[in-house]
Amino acid sequence: MDPLDDELARAQEERRKLEEMVPMAPSAVAFDADLYGAAGNKRFEGYVSSIPATDDDAEDDVAPLPSRQVSSITGHRIAMQDLPRDSEEDSVGFTKPQKIIDREDEYRRRRLQRIISPERNDPFAMGEATPDPSVRTYADVMREQALQKQKEDLLKEIAKKKEEEKGKTVTQEPAPAPKRRNRWDQSQDADAAGVAKKPKIGSDWDAPDATPGRVSDATPSVRRNRWDETPTPGRLVDSDATPGAGATPGATPAGMTWDATPKLSGMATPTPKRQRSRWDETPAAGSATPATPSATTPAVAYTPGVTPVGGVDLATPTPSALNLRGPMTPEQYNLLRWERDIEERNRVLTDEELDAMFPQEGYKILEPPASYVPIRTPARKLLATPTPMGTPLYSIPEENRGQQFDVPKEAPGGLPFMKPEDYQYFGSLLNEDEEEQLSPEEQKERKIMRLLLKVKNGTPPQRKTALRQLTDKAREFGAGPLFNKILPLLMQPTLEDQERHLLVKVIDRVLYKLDELVRPFVHKILVVIEPLLIDEDYYARVEGREIISNLSKAAGLATMIAAMRPDIDNIDEYVRNTTARAFSVVASALGIPALLPFLKAVCQSKKSWQARHTGIKIVQQIAILMGCAVLPHLRSLVEIIEHGLVDENQKVRTITALSLAALAEAAAPYGIESFDSVLKPLWKGIRAHRGKVLAAFLKAIGFIIPLMDAVYASYYTKEVMPILIKEFQSPDEEMKKIVLKVVKQCASTEGVEADYIRDSILPEFFKHFWVRRMALDRRNYKQLVETTVEMANKVGVADIVGRVVEDLKDESEPYRRMVMETIEKVVANLGASDIDARLEELLIDGILYAFQEQTSDDANVMLNGFGAVVNALGDRVKPYLPQICGTIKWRLNNKSAKVRQQAADLISRIAIVMKQCQEEQLMGHLGVVLYEYLGEEYPEVLGSILGALKAIVNVIGMTKMTPPIKDLLPRLTPVLKNRHEKVQENCIDLVGRIADRGAEFVPAREWMRICFELLEMLKAHKKGIRRATVNTFGYIAKAIGPQDVLATLLNNLKVQERQNRVCTTVAIAIVAETCSPFTVLPALMNEYRVPELNVQNGVLKSLSFLFEYIGEMGKDYIYAVTPLLEDALMDRDLVHRQTAASAVKHMALGVAGLGCEDALVHLLNYVWPNIFETSPHVINAVMEAIEGMRVALGPAVVLNYCLQGLFHPARKVREVYWKIYNSLYIGAQDALVAAYPVLDDEESNTYSRPELMMFV
Amino acid sequence: MQASDRFNINSQLEHLQAKYVGTGHADQGRFEWAVNINRDSYASYIGRHPMLAYIAIAENESIGRERYNFMQKMLLPCGPPPEKDED
Repeated sequence: MDPLDDELARAQEERRKLEEMVPMAPSAVAFDADLYGAAGNKRFEGYVSSIPATDDDAEDDVAPLPSRQVSSITGHRIAMQDLPRDSEEDSVGFTKPQKIIDREDEYRRRRLQRIISPERNDPFAMGEATPDPSVRTYADVMREQALQKQKEDLLKEIAKKKEEEKGKTVTQEPAPAPKRRNRWDQSQDADAAGVAKKPKIGSDWDAPDATPGRVSDATPSVRRNRWDETPTPGRLVDSDATPGAGATPGATPAGMTWDATPKLSGMATPTPKRQRSRWDETPAAGSATPATPSATTPAVAYTPGVTPVGGVDLATPTPSALNLRGPMTPEQYNLLRWERDIEERNRVLTDEELDAMFPQEGYKILEPPASYVPIRTPARKLLATPTPMGTPLYSIPEENRGQQFDVPKEAPGGLPFMKPEDYQYFGSLLNEDEEEQLSPEEQKERKIMRLLLKVKNGTPPQRKTALRQLTDKAREFGAGPLFNKILPLLMQPTLEDQERHLLVKVIDRVLYKLDELVRPFVHKILVVIEPLLIDEDYYARVEGREIISNLSKAAGLATMIAAMRPDIDNIDEYVRNTTARAFSVVASALGIPALLPFLKAVCQSKKSWQARHTGIKIVQQIAILMGCAVLPHLRSLVEIIEHGLVDENQKVRTITALSLAALAEAAAPYGIESFDSVLKPLWKGIRAHRGKVLAAFLKAIGFIIPLMDAVYASYYTKEVMPILIKEFQSPDEEMKKIVLKVVKQCASTEGVEADYIRDSILPEFFKHFWVRRMALDRRNYKQLVETTVEMANKVGVADIVGRVVEDLKDESEPYRRMVMETIEKVVANLGASDIDARLEELLIDGILYAFQEQTSDDANVMLNGFGAVVNALGDRVKPYLPQICGTIKWRLNNKSAKVRQQAADLISRIAIVMKQCQEEQLMGHLGVVLYEYLGEEYPEVLGSILGALKAIVNVIGMTKMTPPIKDLLPRLTPVLKNRHEKVQENCIDLVGRIADRGAEFVPAREWMRICFELLEMLKAHKKGIRRATVNTFGYIAKAIGPQDVLATLLNNLKVQERQNRVCTTVAIAIVAETCSPFTVLPALMNEYRVPELNVQNGVLKSLSFLFEYIGEMGKDYIYAVTPLLEDALMDRDLVHRQTAASAVKHMALGVAGLGCEDALVHLLNYVWPNIFETSPHVINAVMEAIEGMRVALGPAVVLNYCLQGLFHPARKVREVYWKIYNSLYIGAQDALVAAYPVLDDEESNTYSRPELMMFV
Repeated sequence: MQASDRFNINSQLEHLQAKYVGTGHADQGRFEWAVNINRDSYASYIGRHPMLAYIAIAENESIGRERYNFMQKMLLPCGPPPEKDED
């Protein structure tokens, strides 16, 4: 003891010194915080000190680390983490709504590049008639698809050729021309551009369904470089342009997209000019409106040149100029707005304006000469110096009332607020004056728009009525106008989650109403809904599935297939991916058998590998989506895809293997016979393939092996193992994960023997996987631990632990943690009986080292591992305990709070084992040490210390505890004041424990003091704390007699706070239960005489809890409390009656069958008149009281009460009585048979039941 | 529907009626109620063998015959439904 105490004293001294030194640190010198900034210029912390060059940087600083101060002061940070944070991201309800686009990755954003295809012909509606040539039929769509594909191939060819030529030119002239400023210029070779130009020019407009946004789709083969993807606003408009699309590079350098921005920045107009939009595009005759930006709606995001394209596309309202051009960020939006403003000021003057500016007389307007051709090249236009003549003098602008600045205009007619991005859709709602001269069609459109706006932005009631109207009038509005309005909204780039949810809801409702009328719009809807299937938000995915499944039920299988068939071999992988997922939803909605013939045909498509790939992917998605529901169709599904394993295309082989894996996973543990046919190609395949395909094959094998019988599993495992072992050394991360998974699956099957694993797998496995690098990646880490644990289940503890135990002393901490986690799991699963003395020594040594060396342990891996090992070893730990305790004591004294906390936590983990080892003296010593640390200032640590004390008290008992309880408890009383949750919980547990087991060691006065503290704790947020507090009241009352405690509690009924009162009533009931009701009831009933609502209700509530807790014991008290309840049930106050009714319920349930029927019937007579109450809580309590009576008095009695009103002339009365009858009937259907009234027969009906009259 | 009904089993009367056929409602007439009562009664007799035996002795029939009769009677326990007055 003595040397330890010395040590402690020294350490404490040191700590005190350290604490004294802290204020002397220079940072604490006082100076004016306003002037100099508090603690090192924190004022500018929230600002960015430099403007980021790219947008990418914005993503990096999403979670700024808390600023580090002097390293010894870590407490605030730790404390901060524990404080309840309301204002930050934790508060779910009040976060700023996030735009969907902001959380999407690049792949998901490709949804915006899809176009909402025009509606198609509905062959079912047409009957035999040939469709009108203007209507798009299935054949048209397929033709377009083929054309698209051809074009794609051609472009690919061209690109390839260009590549070759470039290779040639590069070799010919190694020095590039000086004018080339960056490497992207290289594709601008004049001849190459010439080649590329021809198909390109045609492509924008010729393609039947091309809208401007489609342009980028047209040439996906031209690798999109990363400049394309940074959506710098200036380039926004031009981002679609392919390099070849520009003019010849030499003559017009500014025509090139990349060059445009830097050059322009030096010029007079700082805005990125959007030349292409205005000049480059050849206006399609008659379809494009002249591009004057000063046109009608300046505030609307109206970009010139992107008016709906003619022809087929007129049917589709192109949603907006903006979203077709790609996703937009808010910054871009602002920039665009600003740009619009500038353009508005610098716009070309119209003739009227010129007329107004110049004097009328003395001037003549000349005709332009016939030879005049306006300059079309944008670069020239830009380079031209602005002539002084062109800049007019300043004139006071005339006020234009119609002009909208960015202040949102007051929406007319109770419409909700419009966001700026809504103007492009709903702008026309604002000019209400022209309402009368609209055609009925347009008026209908307006109506739909108004309802949609209300759904989208309105208040909940507005939304509700609008949604109902849309649903009710869906057929009246018609599918066309509805979807033409809804779907573009869903493509809006600034859409938020909530808005999307609402709009999707609209579609769902409308779908239900429209039924077969949706057929022409199926593809349109799919384009918009399919992206939801790959959304990262789970609920969005579910929503998407629901819509598609409803859609397929409304439109029917044939229409669905016709709509999606062309997308199956779309050139865009994104389209194929989403289509496959949509198909799987269709399969789950309409049944797999319905889809099988189609799937079979698709998977065998000779025309393109894409179709086969998608077909097989559909099968995979079906398996993932439907799980074990694939079992009945497993064989046919496998048959459909099996040939894909030997497909000529590598991607098809890969997806086939993955699909088989998904099917096997879904079918597990059944269905091995369905996979018979693929076993051979799979096992052959793993010898023939490498890389990704091999990984997929291995994955399939890994999922199939667990389905097999033991014998086969063992055989096939041995077959695959050499390949797996070879792949152990693969550097590919994906391969590593799959290999680990497959090894785990193989090891866990029955047929694989321990010896085999031990001899053939383990050496290589440990050599390649148990390396430090594996611990760095979270997923690898987890997978490796799982696999190792699985193997340990086969080969036993000693083998595995023996191999890794040395690594507990490895120098890499993540690696040590991985080792520790593995050991923990293995030992927890299998115990430590296999571990011999030598290994045991190594193990303890290792965990002690690892525990001491840890620097950060957020997941408590080290702690859990330590606890698991010590508990598994049991009394074998005895020789090591002094060492362990020494470590703990040393660490309890550590400067870092985290270390102290871990040490205290460790005590609570190993306390039981210490008892097993009969180290009570050591524990007593630890108790004293912990007692000394009760002054701990960090709540987390204090909580752990209290927890450790509790663990020690629990195992060594009250009498042997050192420090003695009489010293310990007074020390805990002030700690009860601590408001930290962890402290509260541990403290109340400890106090409760002492009150329960060792109350006699403490004077009654101390307990009363604690009682007062406990009242405060009744307010705690955590239920566990409140429960422990209430229980403690019971223990204390038992220890010192109920009178004093009860007086305290009854006084507490007078407080205002409801929660406090509720907890008090519970405490009173508990006291009554622990000290017998007769000690409490007199005082409690006396308290009812206090003429105060809260007190009386509190008493009633206490009675209610009391009778709930005492159950059968209630039979002795029921007559005592009946007069009180009589009074309460007749009280004017609703709450009185409600609470009394619930007391009656508990009472009735408690005394059922104990012969208290007289009192209960008496009480029922008081309860019954309350059945017509309407307040929900009251009526609920009354109904429950009647239910209680049904149990206690039998259903016949209640039925007799009920009969009087079942056929009452007043409907309101009947309703209530039938409600009671129904619950009676549900509760005691059979027992009522004997109690039904005798009904007399009528002329043709026999109502009597003669069987009951029979007598032998 | 009352506000209080939102919280209990009566909130979905249709659902309730689908689950428990014998439950009733305010617009139920004498006939429907009696049909339910009678069917419940027959089910109860059939379900209790001593009851069935007792009735069989009283009626001087075999137990099996009684069971069969009761089952048959469950179809239209009170005879044909009365004519609905069209009002």
